[in-house]
Amino acid sequence: MAASAESAALSFGAAARATMGPGAAGELRQDLRLIAEMIEPRSRVLDIGCGDGALLAYLARQKSVDGRGIELSQSGVNACVGHGLSVIQGDADRDLEAYPAGAFDVVVLSQTLQATHRPRRVVEELVRIGRRAIVSFPNFGFWRIRFGLLLTGRMPVSHCLAHPWYETPNIHLCTIRDFIALCDEIGVRVDRSVTLDRHGQPYSLDPRGSLANLLAEQGIFVLCGSGGL
Amino acid sequence: MSTLISPRPRSRSDQDWPGYVLPVRAPLRLDCGIDFGPFTIAYQTYGTLNPDRSNAILVCHALTGDQYAADPHPLTGKPGWWETLIGPGRVLDIERYFLICPNVLGGCMGTTGPQDIDPASGEPWALSFPVITIRDMVRAQKLLLDHLGIESLFCVIGGSMGAMQVLEWAASYPDSVFAAVPIAGAARHSAQNIAFHEVGRQAIMADPDWSGGRYLSVGRKPVRGLAVARMAAHITYLSEAALHRKFGRNLQDRLAVTYGFDADFQVESYLRHQGSTFVDRFDANSYLYITRAMDYFDLAAEHGGTLAGAFEGTRSRFCIISFTSDWLFPTPESRQIVHALNAAAANVSFVEIATDNGHDAFLLHEPELFETLRGFLNGCAEHRGLGRPR
Repeated sequence: MAASAESAALSFGAAARATMGPGAAGELRQDLRLIAEMIEPRSRVLDIGCGDGALLAYLARQKSVDGRGIELSQSGVNACVGHGLSVIQGDADRDLEAYPAGAFDVVVLSQTLQATHRPRRVVEELVRIGRRAIVSFPNFGFWRIRFGLLLTGRMPVSHCLAHPWYETPNIHLCTIRDFIALCDEIGVRVDRSVTLDRHGQPYSLDPRGSLANLLAEQGIFVLCGSGGL
Repeated sequence: MSTLISPRPRSRSDQDWPGYVLPVRAPLRLDCGIDFGPFTIAYQTYGTLNPDRSNAILVCHALTGDQYAADPHPLTGKPGWWETLIGPGRVLDIERYFLICPNVLGGCMGTTGPQDIDPASGEPWALSFPVITIRDMVRAQKLLLDHLGIESLFCVIGGSMGAMQVLEWAASYPDSVFAAVPIAGAARHSAQNIAFHEVGRQAIMADPDWSGGRYLSVGRKPVRGLAVARMAAHITYLSEAALHRKFGRNLQDRLAVTYGFDADFQVESYLRHQGSTFVDRFDANSYLYITRAMDYFDLAAEHGGTLAGAFEGTRSRFCIISFTSDWLFPTPESRQIVHALNAAAANVSFVEIATDNGHDAFLLHEPELFETLRGFLNGCAEHRGLGRPR
């Protein structure tokens, strides 16, 4: 069971990140571009679920970061390493524990949290191994998802959640409000947050308000461990 | 076993093999406590060392490999064991890099091993040769690089036992290793692998021609034992899928089974061939010593019991590679190295290549392996200031 869930998660990661090859000079996906803007030049970055390495390649090129990646799909890893990026095959559930505390300035988990087996543990690990963590995920409280389920009685499928219920890798979906509640519960501080509309454009909404939880299709959160470093 | 060649002891004097030999006069302190020497290191080089001496790659061979990584073997005439990888424009591009491939200490292709003459007795060393370790092999290689005036290697690369040497290099001489590529390796030899080696050694020692190890002195050669050792080991280098793909249950030059113990099946004939050709080029006592060195390898034990300790503070860039169907050095062994490197906050890449070729995959044409290596080395070369490939 675990193996099939993992292989499902990899297909999600690969699909989600397949917008640009690491060598390409094209546009970075909107949410990745916003994440990239949050990262200081020359910092040490770990990108978990790095897909084809688009973000890492961009950061190496534009911000001279010392980047590392973790990716589940073999094709993704091979593409990254073949392009000179430092990437290991692994996943967020299994491979974070080996890293020492504070090993990175920034740990990025983009569009992957909902596909992990133990998201709570993963978030704790993120803020342990990174001085800051940047997490992005699809908001299950988005009004189209709510109304879709209400009106059709069917599990929602959108461009953010592209798989039908029987083959989705997304086993732990949550709303923005759920995520903030989890952070509060485990003592993780939300330093900054950006909510995105259907077109990936940022809203200026209070992420703790009900409106953000209704209108945003995705959220990006910058987290810090309570202890700080 | 009647197809095996007749015993043909080889004396040192008739060897006139291509390549270089470095005589080492000062004794080398071995792990077993013995100061060993003088001895010789036989090695091959490919390509040209650049003026900065920054483009050197050390190629470490596996258990039954040798320094002829990209030349025809002087005894068998077969192509070098890594010719698929080494050459102009290939992954290990000899127009760009300077490659050094030494025969390991204890080997039988020119570097001093148990078949050589012990100056104290005037007889071949045989079992009075000291037991050597992977670390001893690496120490000897370091002497060679010092002799060549290479302080810092661009890369150390090798598969199987070669991977063990790569890891030992990275742990023992971290400042001399810019990039490390252990392929199909492990940080320690597993119980199962020690068990397989013991079968091989017992096969050799059970051959009456082994003569307590003194076969060269008495003019014999334990070809049957060595061939059986090779046959057993060869199975572990393949995979069930690969054996099935190559041979299935196909019969060898016959339409029906013969109700006897001749090689009815193609797979039997293949293994017998593997055994009989191996004894032409390899020394039985070398096989005992080198398998022992692999058995003793445990990098964590050398560093206070934690593998991460072996890599503490390392600035080398690592690329760990395993193969899905390798059951001799399976992927979890490589993953353990990756986790230790992560714990040491090292710069590490890790790729598992999907193939049904088993452990042998590192010696075969594996396009994904080549592509990964090429990308990794190009990335490292840029960081090293060696520029982009032409």
